[in-house]
Amino acid sequence: MSRQTEIFVVGGGPAGLSAAIVAAELGAKVLLVDDNATLGGQLIKQTHRFFGSSARDAGIRGIAIAEKLCQEVQARKKNLQVLLNTSAVGFYGDGEAGILSPDRYEKVTYERVVVGTGAVENSLNFENNDLPGIYGAGAVQTLMNVHGIRPGHKILMVGSGNIGLIVSYQLLQAGVQVIGVVEAMPTIGGYLVHASKIRRLGVPIMTGHTIVKALGTDGVTGALLCRLDDKFQRIPNTEFEVACDCICLAVGLSPLIDLFQQAKCKMVYIPELGGLVPLHDGNMRTTNPRVYVAGDASGIEEATTAILGGRIAGARAYESIHGPSATAQKIVDDANLELKSLRAGSTGDRIRWGRERLSQEIAAC
Amino acid sequence: MSLRIEEHPILTFKKGKKVTFTFDGKKLEGFEGEPIAAALHAAGIRLLRHSPHKNRARGFFCAIGRCSSCMMEVNGVVNTMTCITPLAAGMDVKTQKGHGVIKP
Ligand SMILES: Cc1cc2nc3c(=O)[nH]c(=O)nc-3n(C[C@H](O)[C@H](O)[C@H](O)COP(=O)(O)OP(=O)(O)OC[C@H]3O[C@@H](n4cnc5c(N)ncnc54)[C@H](O)[C@@H]3O)c2cc1C
Ligand code: FES
Repeated sequence: MSRQTEIFVVGGGPAGLSAAIVAAELGAKVLLVDDNATLGGQLIKQTHRFFGSSARDAGIRGIAIAEKLCQEVQARKKNLQVLLNTSAVGFYGDGEAGILSPDRYEKVTYERVVVGTGAVENSLNFENNDLPGIYGAGAVQTLMNVHGIRPGHKILMVGSGNIGLIVSYQLLQAGVQVIGVVEAMPTIGGYLVHASKIRRLGVPIMTGHTIVKALGTDGVTGALLCRLDDKFQRIPNTEFEVACDCICLAVGLSPLIDLFQQAKCKMVYIPELGGLVPLHDGNMRTTNPRVYVAGDASGIEEATTAILGGRIAGARAYESIHGPSATAQKIVDDANLELKSLRAGSTGDRIRWGRERLSQEIAAC
Repeated sequence: MSLRIEEHPILTFKKGKKVTFTFDGKKLEGFEGEPIAAALHAAGIRLLRHSPHKNRARGFFCAIGRCSSCMMEVNGVVNTMTCITPLAAGMDVKTQKGHGVIKP
């Protein structure tokens, strides 16, 4: 079978949902696919109260934000169709994609596509890093917060960014002993509120340390740690062993970008945005005029900015088909204003830097 | 302490009905609809396959169907991603060696 739509949205996380909601609200015919059984993307495992702008959901748990977006989708189902358990597996030719559901493979033809595929977790180089019992932070959250199963009894956390700190706290809530958080940098990466929360519960945060190797043969039984000097070199004779039955890696995410490469979008490497991202302008349009990007796929950031980027992409994708619209323009202006305030201040330094480089690349292109 | 969370300060977990399945011939219990890898993990099993070249032990890593670390033989189908395949009653799950053998 083949399906036809005006705006095709790939990914049902905060970015894709927001793009789809806005485009449908403006009147476009929208089809959204997500490869999970439920909508919400990363949000469905986030039990903590959000950091972010207070106008947009700070202090609300991620799972509640997902529910809110889902209700908005429901309200627009007249022209917004959702297919769950369905992956966009390939972009072919011009305006054609293949989608795979458990029982069928179909072709989708579209005018514009908004790709909000999110990100994949990074691993880290150390001996035995493939042992059973070593999990990404997202995997730990999925297992624990979605399926109600602890990853183990005693866990070592690697990485003290917000994700490492938040997941450590969630592990404690679930009754898992967190034996410590290892951080290569000389200072804690995440917000201090999150760090003090777990410190108060007795979890040591070992800055200037790294993991040398995981111990065990058929599964993790411990880890060998050591101190690092100010040039990130291992300091000899500082190795020590810790006992644990699992290790959680919270060492960052990389944008999920294979679809952009298939669509022949020009890619750029910007470390501040998480690595390779599709080159895109302030309207979230890539170098392939049919293709828009939003959320972590456009640069690793947070759910609030993913929502705003998604709203811009949805509004601009609509306008590029139906012509200028005052309502769409207002959505974009409001989103840009909010983005500016979210990215202000020292915590937004890296992102502003990355975004700045992106606009230089666009100007040169 | 069991790995299943019975009480959580924020969350409640909706479970499918209890079912039995086999893992390398042994009978195990899990809940219908949860990922096979999750049911195995709760039963204390985390070695899911051996890598093709160096025969190294592998478990799941990403739990969202992205990394292929969790591939096993399920009902005779090799390379099944068990972290996203829902458990059903009577499933026959086997540890996978290397790339597995595709049966005609
Ligand atoms: C532990 C943790 C804590 C966090 N805490 C916060 C916080 O407090 N505040 C905050 O603002 N942000 C937080 N974030 C970040 C936030 O969750 C992400 O930035 C946000 O979810 C990104 O949204 P997205 O829509 O781009 O991607 P995602 O939420 O990852 O959604 C992408 C969706 O697309 C689907 N998909 C991918 N490829 C395909 C395909 N080919 N076909 C079909 N579907 C596909 C995926 O399965 C997924 O459902 C946190 C993240 C983590 C991991
Ligand atoms: S654990 Fe990564 S694909 Fe299953």
